[in-house]
Amino acid sequence: MRRMPHLAPGLDRRQVLKGSLTLGAGLVIGLRLPRGARAQAPAGGEFVPNAFVRIAPDNSITVLSKHIEFGQGTYTGLATVLAEELDADWADVRVEAAPADVERYKNLFFGVQGTGGSTAMANSWEQMRRAGATARALLVAAAADEWGVATGEIDVANGIVSHRASGRSAHFGELVKKAATMEPPTEVELKDPATFTLIGRESLPRVDVPAKSRGTAQFTFDVDIPGMLTAVIARSPRFGGTVASFDAAKAKKVPGVVDVVAVPQGVAVLAKGFWAAKKGRSALEIEWDDSTAEKRGSAEIFAEYRVLLDQPGLSARADGDADAALAGAARQFSADYEFPFLAHAPMEPLDCVIQMSEDGCDVWAGSQLQTIDQGVVAGTLGIEPQKVRVHTLLGGGSFGRRATPNADVYGEAAAIVKATGGKYPVKLVWTREDDIRGGRYRPLFVHRLRAGLNEAGDIVAWSHRLVGQSIVKGTAFEGLIQNGIDATSVEGAQNLPYAISNLAVDLHTTDVGVPVLWWRSVGHTHTAYSTETFLDEVIHAAGKDPVAVRRQLLAEHPRHLAVLNLAAEKAAWGSPLPAGTARGVAVHESFSSFVAQVVEVTLADDGMPKVERVVCAVDCGIAINPDIIRAQMESGIGYGLGAALHNEIVVESGRVRESNFHNYKPLRIHEMPPVEVHIVESKEAPTGVGEPGVPPIAPAVANAMFALTGQRVHRLPFRNAIGKVADQA
Amino acid sequence: MKYRLTVNDEKREVDVDPDTPLLWVLRDDLQLTGTKYGCGLSQCGACTVHLDGKPVRSCVMPIRSVEGRKVMTIEGVAGPVASAVQEAWDELQVPQCGYCQSGQVMTTIALLAKISKPSDDDIDGALTGNVCRCATYPRIRRAVHEAAAKLEG
Repeated sequence: MRRMPHLAPGLDRRQVLKGSLTLGAGLVIGLRLPRGARAQAPAGGEFVPNAFVRIAPDNSITVLSKHIEFGQGTYTGLATVLAEELDADWADVRVEAAPADVERYKNLFFGVQGTGGSTAMANSWEQMRRAGATARALLVAAAADEWGVATGEIDVANGIVSHRASGRSAHFGELVKKAATMEPPTEVELKDPATFTLIGRESLPRVDVPAKSRGTAQFTFDVDIPGMLTAVIARSPRFGGTVASFDAAKAKKVPGVVDVVAVPQGVAVLAKGFWAAKKGRSALEIEWDDSTAEKRGSAEIFAEYRVLLDQPGLSARADGDADAALAGAARQFSADYEFPFLAHAPMEPLDCVIQMSEDGCDVWAGSQLQTIDQGVVAGTLGIEPQKVRVHTLLGGGSFGRRATPNADVYGEAAAIVKATGGKYPVKLVWTREDDIRGGRYRPLFVHRLRAGLNEAGDIVAWSHRLVGQSIVKGTAFEGLIQNGIDATSVEGAQNLPYAISNLAVDLHTTDVGVPVLWWRSVGHTHTAYSTETFLDEVIHAAGKDPVAVRRQLLAEHPRHLAVLNLAAEKAAWGSPLPAGTARGVAVHESFSSFVAQVVEVTLADDGMPKVERVVCAVDCGIAINPDIIRAQMESGIGYGLGAALHNEIVVESGRVRESNFHNYKPLRIHEMPPVEVHIVESKEAPTGVGEPGVPPIAPAVANAMFALTGQRVHRLPFRNAIGKVADQA
Repeated sequence: MKYRLTVNDEKREVDVDPDTPLLWVLRDDLQLTGTKYGCGLSQCGACTVHLDGKPVRSCVMPIRSVEGRKVMTIEGVAGPVASAVQEAWDELQVPQCGYCQSGQVMTTIALLAKISKPSDDDIDGALTGNVCRCATYPRIRRAVHEAAAKLEG
């Protein structure tokens, strides 16, 4: 049974579904799941063999994607899988977002419609193959019937159905009318992967690239409806604060401002266009009530967490007796790690358009959790969920930010529509400042790692304590907490693959009023860093080679081992380097994909690492689209590197210090290293690539920095740690 | 206040506040939404357009300083340089989420109009102001070189 990649070992799919039941029960505000809702009636005599594909008389094939496309290549990947089994001509294939309909389009690992945990390909693999194969079978049956031949004598390739003996052939489009009348097969045969022609093909182009290179791709920010107003909300500067009173007189005088309304999330200004809305918001006079607000800052939170490091937490794993083995070890090591809050900062800030109609409402958004977003809009407006028609648009990035358990931007937009009586279509937008200061960060964490070596320099004990907020506690995803342990807090630490007989992992889950969320690769963002750098530290102390020891410790984990070996080989691990250059390595599994990275690093003038080269090996099962896999590794590496070098959200007295890209610095082109990606050939079912490229990069760079300078970085981002080193020097 | 400007070779007149940034005039008044909002502080380059042939950040360019001038947006670019850039973007499969790519393409067209065969340093210099959170940078770099090679013929 497949495990949900997000979850800790031992939690199988049945338990995930139990989690999703909790999800349903948790959303009493209106998550009554629509039953029997159907996609809109096909136009133009299209053949609709199932929920995932339509074929038109003009041969065009429309694949319906139940997952959002926000850069990770889902539209192309899902369409490739379906088109493979359909034997379609790729040039005929286009992709459309499926409507919100949990019955037909749920994520099979979540139980609700949604995208995340790098599950899009993994949960859809069989489903899309069957959808394509079923459509193909109906086209074959139609041709056989039409031509009076046996189905077994018919071939299909590149969108053409043919009968060799009689020389007859037909394009898909010519058969759709007949195919629609055929009885769907109860069983379909899926292809032998050895015969795949689209899956695994090099340079199969993405379906969304031409529009994105020409500015015609439509994002939520671009939606324009007659009479629509743009809204921005003034929110409490402190998390958890509320509006005590406000005066909108000056705001209403700003030309273009149409209305100002109170909503539970703050005060909303509606205007004809963004600029007037923003100016109107600046003119608001608001007294905030901070009595329920979080008033601590990052410094206080770190201090409280450090105290907890000295106390045992809830056990997440206990192999052997780590404390006893540590006490008896010949050499002992300990290091504390500190990780700041991080913002996702997708290029397109959050946004959502809602228009009321006589029979419900329409929502246009980059919806990542359609079922939840639909439920929250319905609950806020007091209408049935199935009357909320969600049109999922391309998302301008997400990195986790659009998958919000309380559907924040949807609840806000719906609250504005409600407060204005549905008079106007509303486009709610977040400014970049709203995005950086609006919360839902990667949680701040501290870790303590301890290890013991025997006389021979073998690791005999490993202890890992983590302190931080739970992402899912108090949300619809609370079912992911098992025995008090939030799987997203300890993933990557709890399932450490290395063969160490005495191994303990324990967790303190804290209560802090700063809202947190999954951030591209979630718990692995911090656990890969602490485990892979601490291991490196211990290996160096033992005077051994970081790759050689990892190989020994991973002997029972062939997929980890294969990526480690491939990366080490392609990077020529151990070969001489120019003076002033050093290598570092890290290997990590996340979301059931395996990634190893070897980096080469030099030192910039300011003491910061300059990454000169990244060699990345990945095993994500069958490679559906090798170029998208490479692109996602490049992307994950850039995203992880930028955060490790520069990024922290610092809360001071409950307020966020950073506000925009000048002080929350994104990685820029001159900092991006060349990346070589090598894909392990595999017959395993495909797993995700959106997140797994992220975790190894920061520890690999840190390990290279140590090799170069002898300095260990225990507190991210590098900018701070390096600054400290410079100050001490 | 009324302002006249030329957008994509068409004369346009808009009636907006003098401090309204060109970005919002393009997007909200002229419905040219290919140009994107990313930061509002000229920090990310998603809003890059050409003003009298030079790349500018339209999010900090008040309309009063655009009066009578020529604006070119992603919707209007044409010609051999634009074609070479957009074809290279397709061939190298540059975009991921795609939100920043209008700005990347506009900056690159301006770069190649000025320097026909840019070095890596030239590319860094021109494009360091264009943020891509998907980090499509390695492909952008290759695509700029590819577009230059196409133009060289």
